[in-house]
Amino acid sequence: MSENVATDYGRMWAELGMNLPAHCALMNAIPTMYENAYLTQSDRPAGMAYFDFVMSEIHGLRIKELVDHKTAGGKVVGTFCLYVPEEIIRAHGAVGVGLCAGAEWGYNEVEKVLPRNTCALIKSFMGFKMDRVCPYVESADLLVGETTCDGKKKAYELLGEMADVYVMELPQMKRDRDREFWRAEVREFVMRLEELTGKTMTAESLTAAIAEVNGKRRALQRIAAARAADPAPISGKDALLATQVAFYDDVPRFTAMVNTIADELDARVAAGEGAAAKGAKRVVLTGSPMAIPNWKTHDIIEKAGGVVVGEEMCTGSRYYDTLVPETPGASLDEMIDEVADKYLGINCACFTPNDARCSDVVQMASDLGADGIVHYSLQFCGPYQIEAVQVERAARDVGVPFLKIDTDYSAEDVGQLSTRIEAFLEML
Amino acid sequence: MLVLGLDIGSRTVDAVWLEDGRVADHVVTDTGFDPRAVAEALLTRARFDRLVATGYGRHVARDAFGAEVVTEITAYARGAAHLFPGAGSVLDIGGQDTKVISLGEDGKVADFEMNDKCAAGTGRFLEVMARALGFGLDQMATEALTARSGVGISSMCTVFAESEVTGLVHRGEDRARIARGLHESVAGRTCTALGRVRARGPLVFAGGVANNAAMVELVRAGFDGDVLVPENAQTVGALGAALSASAANG
Repeated sequence: MSENVATDYGRMWAELGMNLPAHCALMNAIPTMYENAYLTQSDRPAGMAYFDFVMSEIHGLRIKELVDHKTAGGKVVGTFCLYVPEEIIRAHGAVGVGLCAGAEWGYNEVEKVLPRNTCALIKSFMGFKMDRVCPYVESADLLVGETTCDGKKKAYELLGEMADVYVMELPQMKRDRDREFWRAEVREFVMRLEELTGKTMTAESLTAAIAEVNGKRRALQRIAAARAADPAPISGKDALLATQVAFYDDVPRFTAMVNTIADELDARVAAGEGAAAKGAKRVVLTGSPMAIPNWKTHDIIEKAGGVVVGEEMCTGSRYYDTLVPETPGASLDEMIDEVADKYLGINCACFTPNDARCSDVVQMASDLGADGIVHYSLQFCGPYQIEAVQVERAARDVGVPFLKIDTDYSAEDVGQLSTRIEAFLEML
Repeated sequence: MLVLGLDIGSRTVDAVWLEDGRVADHVVTDTGFDPRAVAEALLTRARFDRLVATGYGRHVARDAFGAEVVTEITAYARGAAHLFPGAGSVLDIGGQDTKVISLGEDGKVADFEMNDKCAAGTGRFLEVMARALGFGLDQMATEALTARSGVGISSMCTVFAESEVTGLVHRGEDRARIARGLHESVAGRTCTALGRVRARGPLVFAGGVANNAAMVELVRAGFDGDVLVPENAQTVGALGAALSASAANG
C-alpha cells in the first residue's frame, strides 16, 4: 500500500477507534508475507490480479465500503465461523464479514489473559481485538460467535467484555432433535438481527440473499472442479486465497470476478496449461481452517514442488460444496428451515460422530487425483488433532498416503515442516 | 563416477565420497556456527562429479554450491537399506530431530514420523541433561548402564526436564539412576513412535545418538525385533544422499 493511500485511510482507521501505530506495523508486515508467498509464483491465472488488488486494499477500500454502508444506515455483522448463516445476515440488509484470525498478533496482550496453550486461531482473534488492529472487528456492529469448540466458547465470553457479542449454540450431533434445536437457534438469530437492523426479513429478501450466496458458492465450485486437471490450472495458494476472501468481500463483485477466473481456468485446462508442472505431486489438505494471512502450509508444499489441489476445510470445500435449495414458492418459514439444514450438513470435527468428514476427504482425494493427503491441525485444536486418527484410517483403507502435521501461525517450525513435507512428496 | 553426499545437520556435517558405488572416504565434522564454511571446506577436500546434500542445511548447499537435495528421511532410508538389505525400519536420533521411518518391501519409505519444532528426546536433549547432571555425554550413558533401575522422568521438554533433573539432584537422588531414567524416557517415547509408523524389524538405529550405548540397549529392550547399529552411524544420511545421486544417474 502506498504512503498516500495509507494516509487517506488513516483518518478512517482513527475514527474506527483503531490503534494506529500497531496497525501500521501490521500493515507493514502483511505485504511482505503476501509478496513472498504469492508474487513469487509463476504462471498464475491473469484473473488473480483482482485478488492482488483486494489484498493491497485489505484494510483500505473494503473497509471504506463497510463504513459507507454504515453511514447509509446499514449494519456490519462480524463472524468467526462458516456455521453462522450469511444468507440470514444479508436478508436483513446487513453485510457479513469473516473476521481476522490468521496471524500471530498481539500475543503479548492475549497471554496476559488467556493460557499460552490456547489454539492460534483463538489467540489471534483475541489479539486483534485487544490490540485494536482489525478494522473489520472495529467496524462490526455485532460479533457473532458459535459453540464449535470449548476454547472459542469461553473466549467469546471475554470478547463480550470488549464488544457486542452474540453466540449461536451449534449442536454437536446430527439427530432429528438436534436439527429442530438448530432451526430454533437460527430463528433466534433472525430475531437478534431484526433488533440490530430494525428490518424485517421477508421471503423476498431471503430468496434474493440465498440466490446471491449460492452464486458465490457456485463460482468457487467451478474453481474447485478445474483443479482436478493435471497440470493444475491454479495453485493451491491462489485457490485458498479466493476462498479466504469469499468471507468478507462484496458478494456480487466477488462472484463476477471468480467466475471470470473460472472461465480462464477452463480455457487453461482445455489448452493443457498449468500453474504447476504436469505430473507435480498432488496433495489434498484437510483439517483446521486457514484464515488470512495463514498460507504457510500451502506455501511449503508448493515451494517444495507439490501442488495443493483441494482443501477439505472451512476455508475450502466445506464453505462452498453445499447450497441452500432454491425452491420457488417456498414460505419464509420453509426457507429458514432449509438454510438451517444446509449449515447443519457441514462436517466439522466438533460433531460426533463425524464419519461423513472421512468420506468427504477420501472422495475429494479420489475426485481430484490426489497422490497424498496432508492433515493439518492447529496445535491445541483437540477436535481436529484427535479426528486425524479417523481420517488417517480412512486414507489407509483406500491406500492413499497420509501425513499429519500440527502447527500454528509462527514461522519457527518451517524448517521441520519443510523436511517432513518434502520427505512426504519424495515418498509419493 | 565420484559422488559426494553431504549431510548438514544441526550438530555435525557428515560427508561420504562414493566411487562407483563404494565408499571411498567419509568424514564427520562439527557444524559449529558457520555450517556453510564447514561444508565448503569439505568440498575442497577431494574432487567429486556430483554433489547431493541432505540435512537441515541442504537448501543452503543448493543455493551456495548448486547441490541436488534430498530430505534426511529419504537419505537415511536409502543409506540404511543399502547397509542392511532387508531392513524393516530406521531410527535416526540426531542433534535436534528424531525420525522414525518404516520401510516397504522395496526398501523405500512407506511411512515416517518426525518430532515437531522442539528438540524433545533428541541428542540435544541428552546433552543438556548430561550438563545438568555434571556428566560428560559418554559418561552419562555409562553411568546409566550401571544403575539397575531409573528414576521416572515425566517431562520430555528439554527445559522442563532440566528443571526436573535439577530438582532430583537437589533431593539427593542418585545421578546414575537419574541418567538411566532420562535414557528410559527417550527410549520409551521412541519405541512408541516406532509403533505408530508400524515399524518392522530389523530396525537400523543411526544418527549420532546411536553411538550412545545406553540408548542402544534400551531401544533393543523396547523394540519388538532386531536392532542393528551401523559401524558409522553418523554418516548413514550422507551415504544415502550420495546413493540417491548414483541411483538417479543410473
